[in-house]
Amino acid sequence: MTSPALLSADHVGYSYRGGSPALTDVSLAVHAGDNVALVGESGAGKTTLLRLLLGLTTPTTGTIAYAGSPLTRRNLRDYRRAVQAVFQDPYSSLDPRHRVGRIVAEPLRGLGLGTDPTRVAAALDAVGLPADATTRYPHEFSGGQRQRIAIARAIVCDPKVLLADEPVSALDLTTRVRIVDLLASLCADRDLTILLVSHDLGVVAELCTHTAVLEHGRIVEQGPTRTVLGAPSHPYTRRLLQSVPRL
Amino acid sequence: MLTVDRLTIRNRAGRALVEDVSFSVGPGDRAGLIGESGSGKSLTALAVIGLLPPGLTATGEVRLGDTSMIKGQEKLRTRVRGKVVATVFQEPLTALDPLMPAGRQIAEPIRRFRSLRGTALRDAVHAALDEVRLTDTDRIARSYPHELSGGQRQRVAIAMALACRPQLLVADEPTTALDVTVQAEILDLLDRLVDTHGTALLFITHDLPVAARVARHTHVLREGRIVESAPIADLLARPAHPYTRTLVDSARRFDAALGRHLS
Repeated sequence: MTSPALLSADHVGYSYRGGSPALTDVSLAVHAGDNVALVGESGAGKTTLLRLLLGLTTPTTGTIAYAGSPLTRRNLRDYRRAVQAVFQDPYSSLDPRHRVGRIVAEPLRGLGLGTDPTRVAAALDAVGLPADATTRYPHEFSGGQRQRIAIARAIVCDPKVLLADEPVSALDLTTRVRIVDLLASLCADRDLTILLVSHDLGVVAELCTHTAVLEHGRIVEQGPTRTVLGAPSHPYTRRLLQSVPRL
Repeated sequence: MLTVDRLTIRNRAGRALVEDVSFSVGPGDRAGLIGESGSGKSLTALAVIGLLPPGLTATGEVRLGDTSMIKGQEKLRTRVRGKVVATVFQEPLTALDPLMPAGRQIAEPIRRFRSLRGTALRDAVHAALDEVRLTDTDRIARSYPHELSGGQRQRVAIAMALACRPQLLVADEPTTALDVTVQAEILDLLDRLVDTHGTALLFITHDLPVAARVARHTHVLREGRIVESAPIADLLARPAHPYTRTLVDSARRFDAALGRHLS
């Protein structure tokens, strides 16, 4: 690679206190414009890795780096501006007591970027929500719309990387298609790259050019999605592919 | 065996959540009920077992054999549940009692309906665990639900449901909370067990490819109404209703994306 990766985990290991390692020697790189999928079953360490990549937890060994510089306490604020997240459950990830305008503006306030209402309006517009959404509360919206609000909040500070933890698995199939389309268009229009955690290989195939397979805290296989899904080399990947119900 | 005739379910405000739903399931049939959130599929399932939450009222008729599941005496319905109809829900952790070892939970319906006691009861519990392909049945029987994995819990729930050889199994999103590889195992298991025992199946899901795997005659629910009924293969090949078409197109979209990567 000529340029450093946008976001990378280098030989990362992590153990919860008193526990066996949740992650062992995980190396993963996200390059601008190449969406990466992180695939694995419950307990494989996907969420732990995501927490490390979000800077919520420090790895026991190895480093997380953004554009070549290791993540430290000191540069966490810049990092947050560049790396934002969307989570699985649009019902629990939005504060029910706040209006949507305030929820979407949260990263701006938290990062000291001012509370320019035009940025909030632009973010809502980008995810296809009406401008008057700002004065309403999360409970007034459907699951798919709530996920749009969560995405608007994530992109309001113009991040470079979006960490998306199962962003569509709680949604109905028809809504899922629309949110996947939205994510794809955001990547194209806003110079955004996604690290997608998902167990849905159809969504992975649709959105990501690179795929990494995590099993028991180790990356057992990674490479172009075409190769990983088309010619899986690890038995676990093969089993995963055979298990997907097809039409 | 199961007849649902013009079933309508209303909330306290009088709003119809399920409206004019009719279908039937014959002995050994595998019916599918497909719908997205809010379509009324789970309420229909609860009406079938006569366990609608308080505040909801059902009109029309649901009959399991000779028993009405929405009219008449509750005592009669209690006799039917577990013996004629059994259920498996999405989340086995809520279906199982957290304070009771798995073995005792499976033993309960067996004691009640098959009147087994002592060693015979113990053997029946182990046979039930064996049947859902759980090895190390001694350990599983002694385990509390939290000590089991999601897949093991769902197997225990299935063992419990099938222990008294019901004629109809209502499975409401039984694999939605599970990992893909575990989902495949559980679907295989359900497939095999209902075949072996000739159990009729009412399979409820939002997931078209999953429905295609186990269901045959299938009803598509939208906003409380059945919009289309046909064998699942026909629904996929020739969806007649625009809503079914949207569903099928959505499912095909991801299926095709995956297909493009597979050799």
